[in-house]
Amino acid sequence: MSALPNILEVRRSTDGLELELTGEWRALRFPDIDGALATVDLAGARRMKISTARLQALDLSGAWRLHEFIKQARAAGVEVAFEGAPPDQLRLVDQTLKGESPPCSQQTRPIPLSPIEELEAPALRSLEFLGRHAVLYGRDLVRDLAFLGRMSVTAARGLTRTKRLRPTSIARHVYDTGITAIPIVSLIAFLISVIIAYMSAQQLRNFGAVVFVVDLVTIGVLRELGVLLTSIIVAGRSGSAFAAEIGSMKLNEEVDALYATGVDPFEALVLPRILGLVIALPLLTIIADIIGLAGGALLCRFLLDMPLTQYITRAQGAITATTFWVGVMKAPVFATLIAMAGCYRGMQVRDSSRELGRLTTLAVVQAIFLVIFADALFAVLFLELRI
Amino acid sequence: MIYPVLEVIGLVNRFGAQLVHDGLNMEVRADEVFGIVGGSGTGKSVLLRSILGLQRPQAGIIRIDGRDITKMSASQLFGVKARYGVTFQQGALYSALTVLENVELPMIEHVVIEAAARRELAMLKIRLAGLPADAAEKYPSQLSGGMIKRAALARALALDPKLLFLDEPTSGLDPISAAEFDELILYLQKQLRLTVIMITHDLDTIFRTCNRVGVIVDRHMEVDTLEGIVNNPHPWIQAYFHGERARERLGTHGT
Repeated sequence: MSALPNILEVRRSTDGLELELTGEWRALRFPDIDGALATVDLAGARRMKISTARLQALDLSGAWRLHEFIKQARAAGVEVAFEGAPPDQLRLVDQTLKGESPPCSQQTRPIPLSPIEELEAPALRSLEFLGRHAVLYGRDLVRDLAFLGRMSVTAARGLTRTKRLRPTSIARHVYDTGITAIPIVSLIAFLISVIIAYMSAQQLRNFGAVVFVVDLVTIGVLRELGVLLTSIIVAGRSGSAFAAEIGSMKLNEEVDALYATGVDPFEALVLPRILGLVIALPLLTIIADIIGLAGGALLCRFLLDMPLTQYITRAQGAITATTFWVGVMKAPVFATLIAMAGCYRGMQVRDSSRELGRLTTLAVVQAIFLVIFADALFAVLFLELRI
Repeated sequence: MIYPVLEVIGLVNRFGAQLVHDGLNMEVRADEVFGIVGGSGTGKSVLLRSILGLQRPQAGIIRIDGRDITKMSASQLFGVKARYGVTFQQGALYSALTVLENVELPMIEHVVIEAAARRELAMLKIRLAGLPADAAEKYPSQLSGGMIKRAALARALALDPKLLFLDEPTSGLDPISAAEFDELILYLQKQLRLTVIMITHDLDTIFRTCNRVGVIVDRHMEVDTLEGIVNNPHPWIQAYFHGERARERLGTHGT
């Protein structure tokens, strides 16, 4: 077997062509076959004789290309004949294209391939785009509301009977979303408080007010950064996990199986995740607060040479119990938003793995957006309430 | 020298303490339909995965067209993979692609081919698998079970392999669809001169299509013709081929 594309030998006589097919006409050598047949000049030929005696192999791809070539030759008015019998594969291609083969086919008649219909005018197309998306967003909104309603009903029903709350499942989610997140949440809280302390110390030194670093770190961490950063990390960790878990269960028809067994997937899958996160996120926030304050203390002690006693006295002056509670009370709200975004997008997954990826991404992006948006609302609310 | 299409010699597969195959031998000749049978957990899928190079066995030789694939590098295996087609039990169609794109994918990976010609060629395969042309633009989730099996078959035939592996080709199909699918396999086997290796539990499929059958028992394989295997004295094989349903088939088969 030679590597050269010796696929075809062409001989020219007075009024015709003689084609001798050689070698292996296989799918893997399609480019050679295609190239060889494309170089055959049909002009001036009236008869073409094809010989397959030296052909070593002809598979369906090769036969199809030959079939196309013969069709093209016939269309150009060339008489095509085979030396000996035409190869069986050619007949198979012919029958299949006519819809006669295979005998047990599900096709009723050959349907010509039609390109997908497209609107011609660009103006019409953009109008169509606008309309389509308006309708899609409208439907999306209705579905959002339906999910929210469904969730509220399930939660209300669950509160009447504790067995419906599935405590084991909730515990598992507290573990997955809370306890396993402690190391990363602690690390981020520590680094952030160190960064704030360091940056603010540089600025405040100009005014000789380095001691206010303590105010900045403690109030900043307790009121905003502790809960916000924890929520963003949890949105990335657990929001995506919720969407992916529920989404792949949808693809596996596990959710349908739950329905079929008479188990409400909202009760079995969605509610435990939301409640689990509502328990875990405030606890994580408290841990983040503690580590953040400790980080600030550490930096003040070793970089600003502030004695630990001074840090503590200053901190006690700057913060009250309210400062702490303002931060922590936001956590359950953020937890609900994150869990709802994750579960909702997960439940929307249908049909394909690409959808799973798209909706998981969407879940995380929306969870983070909702958390920051809600935080802004809280800021306005607390300002109005003068807390 | 003419090699058997597939040759497995002394295959050993072990997972921890569990020995799945212990010196399994099999040989598949050109142009035959070879059925692989075995109870659940006897390692049919492990055998298939070993042959396809999806996992390396602890010992043994697996030759496809005379070349040992257990000693091949990943790039050499890539070349071998163009020589056979596989359908998986659940179809394993790529859910994000249409049927047409599913069939085109192996062509894109292995052959340099113009998009228009590739499309036509893929359509030919889709029709050859007995699917209506309008199925080409559909996504796997829009297909019925029977159509998924046919689409998977079309994808397996994309590169015109001489060797075709079918994992439970008729599982999950109703008896009429299963019979139609068997006929399709036989038709394609004859027309394209394929060598077919199928894992199946379906006695009807075995009696309709297989020339020879390999039964995995006691971690090795008993290979024989259909008539021969039916009379094999091994208790599991007896139980399998002489259950109530099997006896009905044998009556009409005249053995």
